[in-house]
Amino acid sequence: MQISVKINGKTYDHDIEPRISLAQYLRETLNLTGTHIGCDTSGCGACTVHVDGAAAKACTLLAVQVNGCEIKTIEGMADGNEMHPIQKAFKENHGLQCGFCTPGMVMTAADILKNNPKPSEEEIRHGLEGNFCRCTGYHNIVKSIQHAAENINA
Amino acid sequence: METYIGKPVKRREDARFLKGAGRYTDDIKLPGMTQAAFVRSPYAHAKILSVDTSTAQQAEGVVAVFTASDGCGVFGVPCGWQVDFKNGETMREPMHPLLAKDKINHVGEAVAIVIAETLELARDAAELVDVKYETLPAVTDPKKAMEPGAPKVHEQWEDNAAFDWCIGNDRAEVEAAIASAHHVTEMEYRNQRLAPNAIEPRSYIADYDVNADKHTLYTSTQNPHLIRLLLCAFVLGIPEHKVRVVSYDVGGGFGSKIYHYTEEALLTWAAKEIGRPVKWTSDRSEAFLTDAHGRDHVVHSKMGFDKDGKIVAHLTDEYCAMGAYLSTFAPAVPTYLHGTLFQGVYTTPLIHLNVIAPFTHTVVVDAYRGAGRPEATYLLERIISKAAKEMDMDPAEIRFKNFIPPFNGVSEPGYQTQVALQYDSGNYQGVLKRGLEMLGYEDFRKEQAEARKNGKLLGVGISTYIEGCGIAPSAVVGSLGARAGLFEVGHVRIQPTGKVQVLTGSHSHGQGHETVFAQFVADKLGIPMDDIQIEHGDTDQVAFGMGTYGSRSLAVGGSAIVKSVEKVLEKGAKIAAHKLEAAEEDLEYAEGKWTVKGTDKSISFGDVALTAYVPHDYPEGLEPGLDFSSFYDPTNFTYPFGTHIAVVEVCPDTGKVELLRFVACDDVGNVMNPMIVDGQIHGGVVQGIGQALLEEVVYDGEGQMITGSYMDYAMPRADDVPMIETDRTVTPCPHNPLGVKGAGEAGAIGSTPAVVNAVVDALSHLGVTDIQMPVTPQRVWKAMQN
Repeated sequence: MQISVKINGKTYDHDIEPRISLAQYLRETLNLTGTHIGCDTSGCGACTVHVDGAAAKACTLLAVQVNGCEIKTIEGMADGNEMHPIQKAFKENHGLQCGFCTPGMVMTAADILKNNPKPSEEEIRHGLEGNFCRCTGYHNIVKSIQHAAENINA
Repeated sequence: METYIGKPVKRREDARFLKGAGRYTDDIKLPGMTQAAFVRSPYAHAKILSVDTSTAQQAEGVVAVFTASDGCGVFGVPCGWQVDFKNGETMREPMHPLLAKDKINHVGEAVAIVIAETLELARDAAELVDVKYETLPAVTDPKKAMEPGAPKVHEQWEDNAAFDWCIGNDRAEVEAAIASAHHVTEMEYRNQRLAPNAIEPRSYIADYDVNADKHTLYTSTQNPHLIRLLLCAFVLGIPEHKVRVVSYDVGGGFGSKIYHYTEEALLTWAAKEIGRPVKWTSDRSEAFLTDAHGRDHVVHSKMGFDKDGKIVAHLTDEYCAMGAYLSTFAPAVPTYLHGTLFQGVYTTPLIHLNVIAPFTHTVVVDAYRGAGRPEATYLLERIISKAAKEMDMDPAEIRFKNFIPPFNGVSEPGYQTQVALQYDSGNYQGVLKRGLEMLGYEDFRKEQAEARKNGKLLGVGISTYIEGCGIAPSAVVGSLGARAGLFEVGHVRIQPTGKVQVLTGSHSHGQGHETVFAQFVADKLGIPMDDIQIEHGDTDQVAFGMGTYGSRSLAVGGSAIVKSVEKVLEKGAKIAAHKLEAAEEDLEYAEGKWTVKGTDKSISFGDVALTAYVPHDYPEGLEPGLDFSSFYDPTNFTYPFGTHIAVVEVCPDTGKVELLRFVACDDVGNVMNPMIVDGQIHGGVVQGIGQALLEEVVYDGEGQMITGSYMDYAMPRADDVPMIETDRTVTPCPHNPLGVKGAGEAGAIGSTPAVVNAVVDALSHLGVTDIQMPVTPQRVWKAMQN
């Protein structure tokens, strides 16, 4: 099937198999390997991207479903070498260890802060509920998002 | 001059991860690469009657289909640790084939590999492989596996035991002491089976260069050199210099990526057969079914006390599952990594542990974060808290009464346990005192009493753990059955410009080696961190290594690097002395330069490095260059310890446990980077909380795993846990140059019993004395009703 998708500001036209997931399309066709696949069943959130401005799990969306949509992936967060405030906050607060869940965490964090610029700890934890991290115990991820909220609002 | 040791230096590895530019194995694409899918058994125990691959071979895009009838059928992966029966009989060690030939021993065991042009075509074709099975009864519980008439996993032996082993004092003596004890506390429970669940699934790419006759295996492993050694010398019989193993970024391991898995060997073999690279990445279902699991002990324990609450003896019998085969380190986990910690932090004079390790129709069990020590700690810390309750003592008081007195391991000797080990240094009173202080223990008890009057169920649980890590002296582990040395290699290569490349055999899969190792090298050399690069994970680059597990990277790998740095400075001093026309003993080294004592005559590290590579005016007889590699073999294990305290509230209507606070005061020796140590503790603690409250792998009576997805296997999510309150005491390790003990597993070792103790404490006035993990709302509710 022919699809046309805008990804990180650039439009791509591809003829793809209807059964290919958005995550596979990003990784295999576009080499955007920052979107990770941890479970392929929406359980872990490592594949979280933004579809038309809202967080979505790319492993359980078919690429054909996002025909005509605007997608942002982790590769589109930084402005050249200048990291997004959320990325900076994760570095500053040791919000990552092995880094595998990190792209999904950053994309989810951006979605949390977009909808709620001053979230409480509880609201952040609730917002992260769809993303597994096995390394950090979430402690520093929550701190990173709190820190990012302060910086973005400052 | 800026120094780095002890400071929360931000991680240099973060930028690539945060930008989505990590190099995990599945991110790698090689020209002409094919994709593999496996045909796996849906049954736990079955005879394979026939395997028909003819349709699959003809399917679109298929490059090859292999079964055990092909050349790979003769290979099996080895076990790396031999634990014999206590009666002298040799450990029973079955062939662990790359593909099952005649018989299936667990759900998910691979029968065939299908290689195709794309992943989708490989999976399509795998469905066309027709395997006929005759199912057989299965046994998955380690205790039931030893009952007479239990289905046998391996027919060649009279029962399912891989070994039957014991450690400690004479059993009869321990039994007698318990029989005559003033009070005996008894526990029977299961330390449940867990799935490690690194979020990155295992992933491998094998490539073969026919012209160079050289294999390359890209693998998500914690120890690339160990994989090369096993793959070459023990599985495929390929000379080691013909294999390169590469492991760049790895998305978490927690033990599950230590082992040499069948898929690694099979892909390596297949890439040569088909003459093209081949990739396989596990999906999450395969991960549940085929990654080595952790724990799975069935425990019966008795602890005897005198009238003052002092422990007089401890006797435990356990059945510890091995799974269908013996994984790389599996036999060591419930024995030498478990029984040797039965002293805990207490002066227990008599200890005996017996372990029967049966084969079961399940995936293999091996080291999972903590590996044997969480199981030992859970037992000791639950039983001593249970005893306190029974003897009407405070759980802190009974611990203070039984603690080994403080010792620094330098002016005071190490502590000789009843179970083989000698602890290096410890101050167990110190961490408990600090932990109680952090919590506000006295005030909490008042709050708890008040809350009970209002029908609120609050509880506090204490755990005072010790663990043995920094593994390990090679000769010691060799005498205990290890089939490998457990040293580490550190190579320090000074460039002519004075810049430094450090090559380490340790492997980082989240621990931050690129930052921490550069911190102490910078301080030792007195140069900026920016001048230092840390490399790991490529066997063609790093000469040798044993990898990362058992919280050993800094204590063993770091020490090897320190040795090489010292050699650099020793040789550098000779060059400096020559250039400064002074005697070596008149020089001192600080802030990156050698100075003639009492003068302003000096030469910088960079100038000495340049001289070493441009040796025109140079000491006679000295080799050019500044490049040293060292092997460090530790003289002892290291023994971190700490106190973890949990506060919970139990809902009286639903039995749901809410974790209100978690306090951790750990002593991991000297700290290189407190930010990273805290991060390790946070993560470990939450994994331990996961075991206490949420996680369990369940097999049904036919050996089907019924918790094989994230919908069924509950792991901690962000809203299940509170912030973790951390602090530290510092008791340096006396036997390694950095004085470090290791922090990777401590959190997961200390936290589990603290949480369960807290739940039992919350319900103690209702007569509840124990609850089986995971402490689910259903179990708590039932316990309250009884």
